[in-house]
Amino acid sequence: MFRDLWASRELAWRIFVRDISSQYRQTFLGYVWAFLPPLISSVTFIFLNSQGIIQVTGTGIPYPAFALMGTLLWQVFMDALQSPIQSTAQAKPMLAKINFPREAILLAGSYLVGLNFMIRLVLLIIVMLWWQVIPGIGLALFIPAVIALFTCGLAIGLILAPIASLYGDVSRAISIITQFWMLLTPVVYPPLTTGLAGTLVAWNPVSPLIVTARESLTNQPFTMLPQFFIVFGASVVLLFIAWFVYRVAMPHIIVRLGG
Amino acid sequence: MKSATSEQSLIPPASNRQLSTQSDQEVLVRVDGVSKKFCRSLKKSLWYGVKDILSEFNPFSSTVQGDGLRQGEFWSVNDVSFELRRGECLGLIGRNGAGKTTLLKMLNGLIKPDRGRIEMRGRVGALIALGAGFNPILTGRENIYVNGAVLGLSKRKIDAKIEGIIDFADIREFIDSPVQNYSSGMQVRLGFAVATALEPDILLLDEVLAVGDAAFRAKCYNKIGEMQRRAAVIFVSHSMQQISQVCSSILYLRAGQTKWLGDVPHGVAAYMCENAQSSAGGERTRSIQLPVQSALLMFTPTNLHFGECLTARLELKLESAMPDSSIRIPFYNPEGLVVAEWNSKRAGIRVDLVAGKNSLEIKLGPLHLGPGTYEIALVLNDATGVFLPFWSLKQHSFIVQGNIVGSCEYQIPHLDFHVSREPQWKL
Repeated sequence: MFRDLWASRELAWRIFVRDISSQYRQTFLGYVWAFLPPLISSVTFIFLNSQGIIQVTGTGIPYPAFALMGTLLWQVFMDALQSPIQSTAQAKPMLAKINFPREAILLAGSYLVGLNFMIRLVLLIIVMLWWQVIPGIGLALFIPAVIALFTCGLAIGLILAPIASLYGDVSRAISIITQFWMLLTPVVYPPLTTGLAGTLVAWNPVSPLIVTARESLTNQPFTMLPQFFIVFGASVVLLFIAWFVYRVAMPHIIVRLGG
Repeated sequence: MKSATSEQSLIPPASNRQLSTQSDQEVLVRVDGVSKKFCRSLKKSLWYGVKDILSEFNPFSSTVQGDGLRQGEFWSVNDVSFELRRGECLGLIGRNGAGKTTLLKMLNGLIKPDRGRIEMRGRVGALIALGAGFNPILTGRENIYVNGAVLGLSKRKIDAKIEGIIDFADIREFIDSPVQNYSSGMQVRLGFAVATALEPDILLLDEVLAVGDAAFRAKCYNKIGEMQRRAAVIFVSHSMQQISQVCSSILYLRAGQTKWLGDVPHGVAAYMCENAQSSAGGERTRSIQLPVQSALLMFTPTNLHFGECLTARLELKLESAMPDSSIRIPFYNPEGLVVAEWNSKRAGIRVDLVAGKNSLEIKLGPLHLGPGTYEIALVLNDATGVFLPFWSLKQHSFIVQGNIVGSCEYQIPHLDFHVSREPQWKL
């Protein structure tokens, strides 16, 4: 498994370069598309909040900054979740006809998630400068938190990828479920501790990741650190299981998909 | 159709036949009782796929190596076995849906057999689909790097080989324009050039050369022949001429089952019979069984000079008479192109073969062929045009000795040659 992963690094880089250079050549707005989804969804909530339609309090920092950070971080998770499914679907013709380390397409997809994150990081820095959010020592945990978000998303996406490439239902379900999931996660509001929402936050694996990542940026005390490490560890374990399942399932999937 | 085991050898090995069955050569491919089932219904197929994946993780499940067919399933490849050594080329023939591509995919490790075992030694290069990694927006040069990486070449290796690849594909003018502007033939050339740059031990080719033009196909056969010396080749084609030119043995599949495994002429003949039968719409039920019981074909001499003669001797033992048949003897140059031919119909000869022994002697010549090696075949057509080929380029060849004069193999003989100082005719 690891030898294949190592062997696929050059190929993954090639596929990655191919994907971005061909993407770039066929779009007019180019990387504006990397900013737009999180920007639009946070602008919605900023508007709702500023008009008093929904009241979000206890954010500690100006609400627009809070919402933008949340959605940018959530987008990392979403990208990582969709990446294995999308890369597998895109590489279908190649998978069915050429024997190459399958890790390459997953790796190339991960690079793409990384690149998109880098681009959004620029937006994040602008947001922080604008609202003068000054990170403290907690910033040290920002990179691990982002990696945790990525790992968690990738693990879930990878475990779903084999079934998703057989049944289109999975991808459709994911796009609906993740909409709800975002609202049930403290992305655009601070975590609640009471009521049904509190229970949902407590059992939602993504909430400690999002909350911790944002806290690391805003110099606030960490409130969900134990949960964060539990979810992080579990994600790593799940990622390895998913990777193994993916490898075993791939020949069966190619049979069913045909050439 | 006789079974593979009971078949007596009809074509004795000629003296100059390539020794492809040397026992000291290492076996590179060993396929042992391999089967694969497929499902006709997509819904069921997907569901079985889910079940198969799940049963992989169930240590108590025995359905992974399941022998039984589930509802709606059939054997796409059924109990196929063969061995292939370095230097051999196996031609895989059969009608559409006979399981050829499935078998190649299993050999390539893309899918797993449901039964049986496959052993492959060495680096495998497969051209199951040319240009599967091509991105239409990127240029040819960029695609060489991507495709090469997909096939397992490092950047440094591609750097070293890229000029050779471009030259072989012969698309230097277009190499920096997007692949979407390429013709399909150009894509095939590029794909073939990249794949053969791999220098594999085992080469799998799936009817890929059908798209290229004749000159490029000839180039490809040369390349395959060159690779064949150090590799084992498995070659799928619907062109019996291609198969006869390239292959040393044949695996003929029908509905996933081995119908013939062995020498080329018989495999081709059996396949042609099946095709002839089905294209006749079932009205004429021709016997698949060849009327030929045994055949001995010889060409002498194997070494001659410009303008000398060549004699073909054919001993045929037939089960039933073949009245009004015809014989064709094509001459191939090393590129595999027919440069000359003798045809009994052109010569106005009616060949009536009787049941039992037939002995034919055809003296051909004078051969106005330039120096070089020529390969010869003999094709026997019955009255309806179905041909029973006793041909394989690997089996019969002869050498014309002498100095090379002129650029064409066939030199037209002249009847008169006259030089005069005064013009004898005017425009």
